[in-house]
Amino acid sequence: MLEILQAVLVGPVKDMIGAPTFLVEVVIGGLAAGLMYSLVALGFVLIYKASGVFNFAQGVMVLFAALTLVGLMERGAPLVAALALTMVVMGALAFAIERVVLRPLVNQEQIILFMATIGLNFFLEGFGELVWGSNVKKLDVGIPDSSFTVWGVQVNRLELTAAITAALLVAVMAVFFQRTRIGRALRAVADDHEAALSIGIPLNTIWIVVWSAAGLVAIVAGIMWGAKSGVQFSLSLIALKALPVLILGGFTSVPGAIVGGLIIGVGEKIAEVYWGPLVGGAIENWFAYILALAFLLFRPQGLFGEKIIERV
Amino acid sequence: MILRRVMIALLAAAVVALPLAGIAMAQAKEMFVPSLVYRTGPYAPSGTPFANGMWDYLTMLNERDGGVNGVKLIVEECETQYDTKQGVECYERLKGKNGGAMVFNPLSTGITYQLIPKAGVDKIVVHSMGYGMTAAADGRWFPWVFNFPTTYWSQASAVIRYIGQQEGGLDKLKGKKIVHIYHNSPYGKEANPTLEELARKYGFELTLLAVDHPGQEQKATWLQVRRINPAWVYMSGWGVMNQVAVKEAAAINFPMDHFIGNWWSASEADVIPAGDGAKGYKGATFHAPGANFKVHADIVKYVYDRGKNIGPKDKIGEALYNRGVVNAMYMTESFRTAMAKFGNKPLTTEQVRWGYEHLNLTEARLDQVGLKGFTHPVKVTCEDHEGSGPVLIQQWDGAKWNIVSEWIPPMKDVVRPKLEAAAAEEGKKLGYTMRDCSKEN
Amino acid sequence: MIYREAGQFKSTYASDQAVFPILQDRIVVGLGLAAAFVALPLMANEYWLQAVLIPFLIYSLAALGLNLLTGYAGQVSLGTGGFMAVGAYSAFKITSAFSGLSILIVFLLAGLVTALVGMLFGIPSLRIKGFYLAVATLAAQFFLLWLFNKVAWFTDYASSGTITAPPRTVAGLMVTGPAATAEIRYLTALVFVAVFALIAKNLVRGRVGRSWMAIRDRDIAAEIIGVRPLRTKLLAFAISSFFCGVAGAEYVFLYLGSAETLAFDINVSFLVLFMVIIGGLGSILGSFLGAGFIVMVPIFLTNVPHLLGLAMPVALQKQIELMVFGGLIILFLIVEPNGLARLWQIGKEKLRLWPFPY
Repeated sequence: MLEILQAVLVGPVKDMIGAPTFLVEVVIGGLAAGLMYSLVALGFVLIYKASGVFNFAQGVMVLFAALTLVGLMERGAPLVAALALTMVVMGALAFAIERVVLRPLVNQEQIILFMATIGLNFFLEGFGELVWGSNVKKLDVGIPDSSFTVWGVQVNRLELTAAITAALLVAVMAVFFQRTRIGRALRAVADDHEAALSIGIPLNTIWIVVWSAAGLVAIVAGIMWGAKSGVQFSLSLIALKALPVLILGGFTSVPGAIVGGLIIGVGEKIAEVYWGPLVGGAIENWFAYILALAFLLFRPQGLFGEKIIERV
Repeated sequence: MILRRVMIALLAAAVVALPLAGIAMAQAKEMFVPSLVYRTGPYAPSGTPFANGMWDYLTMLNERDGGVNGVKLIVEECETQYDTKQGVECYERLKGKNGGAMVFNPLSTGITYQLIPKAGVDKIVVHSMGYGMTAAADGRWFPWVFNFPTTYWSQASAVIRYIGQQEGGLDKLKGKKIVHIYHNSPYGKEANPTLEELARKYGFELTLLAVDHPGQEQKATWLQVRRINPAWVYMSGWGVMNQVAVKEAAAINFPMDHFIGNWWSASEADVIPAGDGAKGYKGATFHAPGANFKVHADIVKYVYDRGKNIGPKDKIGEALYNRGVVNAMYMTESFRTAMAKFGNKPLTTEQVRWGYEHLNLTEARLDQVGLKGFTHPVKVTCEDHEGSGPVLIQQWDGAKWNIVSEWIPPMKDVVRPKLEAAAAEEGKKLGYTMRDCSKEN
Repeated sequence: MIYREAGQFKSTYASDQAVFPILQDRIVVGLGLAAAFVALPLMANEYWLQAVLIPFLIYSLAALGLNLLTGYAGQVSLGTGGFMAVGAYSAFKITSAFSGLSILIVFLLAGLVTALVGMLFGIPSLRIKGFYLAVATLAAQFFLLWLFNKVAWFTDYASSGTITAPPRTVAGLMVTGPAATAEIRYLTALVFVAVFALIAKNLVRGRVGRSWMAIRDRDIAAEIIGVRPLRTKLLAFAISSFFCGVAGAEYVFLYLGSAETLAFDINVSFLVLFMVIIGGLGSILGSFLGAGFIVMVPIFLTNVPHLLGLAMPVALQKQIELMVFGGLIILFLIVEPNGLARLWQIGKEKLRLWPFPY
């Protein structure tokens, strides 16, 4: 019994202190991974904040954006033109989704809308594969996936770029929501659909704007993830990794997505590297969820989420 | 309102029309070969070239020779998406079609496990070439399942032998660190017991690192590799896990020529996304890469030039494409072996099984087929459904795979006893009895 | 006109409280059961039994379980796959340890084990609600699958890492194992589903079901009038997991024959949730209709090109299947968000008047 306690509590901590540069590497790796998750979680937050829909199809949108970008580049378009075209495509997708899925389902319960986004998930999966094929595609944005060493700690160029991009994106989003007119309108819609309608905010336009913004975030996430692990089908499964980030940070908070991502990323990596070998490894997947669950027990709406006020 | 009526009409039509799943009958002089493939889904980049290779070879035989010894082959693909449920559904739908399926190549260890018990009852051969249940190599327990030309356990032992060769002798392995990164599924775990036994025998330090399906996130795994700093890394991966691993290895500046993937982790789809970083990456295989064999020329002439292909022409000769070709070749040669005994007519599944069990593929025969030097000669017997099991090591040079070793034999003295024990265990679980090979023909 | 209840009087409380009070209903259900028990095994060919009817029954049971939890008690759960895995693995362990025990008892015991596990993972539901709970149940899903994958004890240290259904007989008939015929397996699954459906129907009509629905609708108000949330929610999780556990055991023993943990991954959880939503939340019949729909659609989509004589390449076929599947789900939710059960209800109401307009 004592050995088990010692192995679980003392051993890994000794391990951590014994090799501090490696610990720093693990933490940096965790932060970088966490920011990559945040990129995906941001899309979720945007849509939930403004239309109250838990968009399960966000992962597929990331994949679709990456596929479109790479597909256009393969057909000879230079990077900038391909990016612009992809944004147009994602905007068109947002328009189509609003028309076909959201408008007929206005006023339905959350779970119905959630299921509709799962249906959308399947549809886009099949459609993306149909149009762009199922081969693995290489995404080259000019940033090499190599590492350099700084003070004995290995840092990966691609991850550094992703981290900076994520930080910039969050800053832009935060400014957008707080300072601009459309941002105010979005916050109003998130608060109360009917009240927003009654003061003249065009709900449908707002929804198109929001889903396009989520599409933009999906493009950025798709580029980062695609450059890291190639553009292929499993990219859509990152959504499952972003969910713990979402519930830890709160569904409705942009800074929550970042903070949640960082916590989950670091927690996951430290658990896998130091405690993983004790139980045979591969604990990353469920550890993130258990970590988020633990936080939820103290704050049931996530760290930064809106407190759910219930009335009888 | 209209939408609702349309919906109800559709439902009603579906309910009425559904029980029409008909069964087609085969014509005389034809044999039905179903091809379980995955051209969509997360494993499509690996499944598609294999499916193309299989299709092309069989179609080439139909076009060039009119089939196998005059008996035409009906090939029908069924999409499984590497999902066991869909694999079982394909099996059930196709096993009785067109006069009965001759043999099933599940192309997935998970599906193979499902089909092994059914194969004995339905009496259809299951050929899990280099994958599936290693224990099935003991033909005394599993007469209907074949996994030649080699198995995962043999491969692991052969790779260790290769590493020993590279280090200057198996005794030099003592104290060296070897890491096995594996897909966290029964497939990935297959090699572990053998590796552990070899670690005990030769004194190297083995670390096992599991990567969960689908293997998109491997940062933690490779951080651990960095910390351990092993001399060699062996990988049993599949799908996206492979290319992420190769990229991560390149990203941490791991010496790629000390990174060996098993034969499902060494294909073009795994190395191309990593670009230059993948140069030097090694992999195991049991056939040559490249499109320089007579068979390929025939495939181009009889299939592509006649427009009967499914895949693109520039992918001929890829590692997994050739895997499909060799799988199809083993199948048709087994048919030929059976026909030599039972006559040049459509075979029964019992006869096909006899053909598989008595396959004797010699160098001369390989030359006749048009695959001289492509793969190792194979001899299947009642006890040994594995063949001799040697392995080649290939290396990626940035543009193509090149063979960088001789045929490396597996360590049969380590592998075979464990195999027989496992076969007895699995066989008893299914309620089988061991057959006596000396009593059979 | 045909469906009218005119002339049917109830003279005892018992007959008034029957599950099917209307005579026409009883006749239809009776015929349906007769068809299911007698006609189908005789008429259906093996493909239909093996690939369509048996999975339909198994998924109906799982959907029934999830419907009790999500439809009646209002707790959204995405851990169904994990609970089915618990059922399957515990059934395997129990039957390999006690090979003489009847497989029917083994299934029930496996369900009990799953109920306990379900209660454990249901504890967070006291603090967490809505989508947060759904994502928290994913923790159960991932953790349970990792556990079964990692700890070799669960597979009896099999080198293959899979569990295989051993041959077992009931009353002399081979029920599990490769030699069991599809008809026997179908009948076993049918018996289980019929019994459990009856139990579920009575549960939801009684005090337990009403307390669940109270929690679902307004849980604070329910607490105020005396419904104890802890007990009610945990009971919901327990009973739902019991059903899912038995379904999981059946999944391996009566349908697949052997399984690895990948067979219970998150796709199964989503599939069962689909069945519940499309069938109708909060409806017993809905679970069956939803399961039927979801099982049939891929089969339909796979076989239709063959019927029409189209030789589509398999990849294209699969992709179109995915698109149609997704599109159908969206279409369904737009047309009838309350599910197929509501369509059925509307149909019954129209039948009461037909052929008269009002």
